[in-house]
Amino acid sequence: MMAIQSQHQASLGNEKDKLIGKLSGDVTGNFTGKATGTGTGSVKGNFSEVFAALDIDRWRLGLYSATAADVERALRAPAGRLDALMALLSPAAEPYLEQMAQQSVRLTRKRFGANIGMYLPLYLSNLCANECDYCGFSMVNKIKRKTLNDAEIGREIALIQAMGYDSVLLVSGEHETKVGMDYFRRVLPQVKSAFSYLAMEVQPLSEADYAELVSLGLDAVMVYQETYQRRTYSEHHTRGKKTDFIWRLDTPDRLARAGVDKIGLGVLLGLDDWRLDALIMGHHLQYLENRYWRSRYSISLPRLRPCTGGVAPKTEISDRGLVQMICAFRLFSESLDISLSTRERPDFRDNLFALGITQTSAGSATSPGGYSEPDTHLDQFEISDERSAATIASVLKSRGLNPVWKDWESGWHGECA
Amino acid sequence: MLKIADTDFSSRLFTGTGKFASGRVMQDAIAASGSELVTLAMKRVDFKAGSDDILAPLLSRGVRLLPNTSGARTAKEAIFAAELSREMLGTEWLKLEIHPDPKYLMPCPIETFLAAKELVSQGFKVLPYVHADPVLCRRLEEIGCAAVMPLGSPIGSNQGLVSREFLKIIIEQAGIPVVVDAGIGAPSHACEAMELGADAVLVNTAIASSADPVRMAKAFAKAVEIGREAYLAGLGATSHHAVETSPLTGFLGTHP
Repeated sequence: MMAIQSQHQASLGNEKDKLIGKLSGDVTGNFTGKATGTGTGSVKGNFSEVFAALDIDRWRLGLYSATAADVERALRAPAGRLDALMALLSPAAEPYLEQMAQQSVRLTRKRFGANIGMYLPLYLSNLCANECDYCGFSMVNKIKRKTLNDAEIGREIALIQAMGYDSVLLVSGEHETKVGMDYFRRVLPQVKSAFSYLAMEVQPLSEADYAELVSLGLDAVMVYQETYQRRTYSEHHTRGKKTDFIWRLDTPDRLARAGVDKIGLGVLLGLDDWRLDALIMGHHLQYLENRYWRSRYSISLPRLRPCTGGVAPKTEISDRGLVQMICAFRLFSESLDISLSTRERPDFRDNLFALGITQTSAGSATSPGGYSEPDTHLDQFEISDERSAATIASVLKSRGLNPVWKDWESGWHGECA
Repeated sequence: MLKIADTDFSSRLFTGTGKFASGRVMQDAIAASGSELVTLAMKRVDFKAGSDDILAPLLSRGVRLLPNTSGARTAKEAIFAAELSREMLGTEWLKLEIHPDPKYLMPCPIETFLAAKELVSQGFKVLPYVHADPVLCRRLEEIGCAAVMPLGSPIGSNQGLVSREFLKIIIEQAGIPVVVDAGIGAPSHACEAMELGADAVLVNTAIASSADPVRMAKAFAKAVEIGREAYLAGLGATSHHAVETSPLTGFLGTHP
């Protein structure tokens, strides 16, 4: 067993070295050093090329054959090391959860202090041209479809501002023609005039489209791969543009090259083996951090939850598993933003806030127009924590944390001098 | 007494407003530090909301504000933040910081220099946060900065004076005040910076992330005073071995 183990690790290590060597070669080979936009426009190649060379079965084997000794070694030097992340995400790390949590808290407080950023989703539309079996917005679901007009957006903005928010996440289903660039061009200036920080979670767009939206005030984009396991991905995404795994996979490259300030990654925990998906996401994150060093990165940790006409999780991630994942990523990357949504239960959320989370939402509605007209029939998913923003702020304060409402200047667009 | 631009300071400890658990703790820690110059991030100040939880307690204490451009990644963004701070806070003092690298928050020398030049010409009192680069500090002095703020080690890292040898060169050459900023994690680090001849230090994370920020602020105030006294007294030279009084010329005796 030991021999197999070490042989396996040696080959994994070699593979990693080879990959990293290849990556840095690409960057230095093609980077002209000229400042164009935020200076990353000249980096060529995409993550899909690196991804194609991964031996995912070997990574799976590595996760499930990691030992206590691997975990202890990982705890001593976890920063930026994929082999350490593998050990910390493995079942072998479960007995070390308390040590991981203590390191995670220490690193998070050192980097972010007591601050927890506050943001709120603003659902623009539930129109969708994709069929995804886990999502309430899926095109096959017989629900009322709605896209907000300017006046309706104005009402939502006023209500979100009244809660104290200055950072907003625009969300829509994926509908290229009715909720595409023409719509975003109109909506972004309206929303940006009201909030300092503007994030989006919509269909993947082209690099040129992202660059245009940056000029209209776009700061961050969340684009979740859902799962990095292609067969599972195909099983759950059966119609529409979202069936294109590679187009989605290369979206963060396009975002970084377009000069988007923050790029959010995520996997839908439960679609497939969460440990393996998390590990590959860590690899994706490291690839991006090495190539696009000006960008900031965040991850979200959505657990698959029941929704209208949806599916039950295939492999469920427990509360302990979620804590393990948060801590493993904090140890892997000190500067990573980790986001916690209202999908989680109130008591669980209260205990999670201190462990490595850097931003959270509260008082969220997950349907278009949900702040002006609460109506659960249009929801993308059911939220578990319905407490108001003010209540969550006081929970954070009672735990020695500091809710931060404003953390950006709306006039910043990132062009070099 | 320390003089920066046209202003005298009796405390050589500057502090910050970030990372505290609450506005109350921040206010108490700043009071305990005796600091007369406090930096705050413009990106965090919410002018729309009216009474701001960072700004209001500072203004009521009467400390001098040093707005900073933290979060800015380019000269253009930093200039935007500076103009906003002059308009909204009525001060021309500015800690110029531009870090395009979100991982280690390293300051960009090129964007910083370009922004400093523009802001000085607009009448700002510019205190740029820079790497411990002696040539860059000279260039920033030439274009009219009020002080330079070289780092001891990466922001928020609490690693102390990793850049010690370069700080010594900067201090030796500078004709404007040198404020060691970033990386000072313990009162002993602050004391060391002052012993080297720094004119002041800026400390935030080490105070804000201490279990007892108020007590830690007091400890830093003392350390800065002690380091300054030692610098003024003149440290003895150090050597790795014992030194005879006159090993080479002792044979000459004491007669001329």
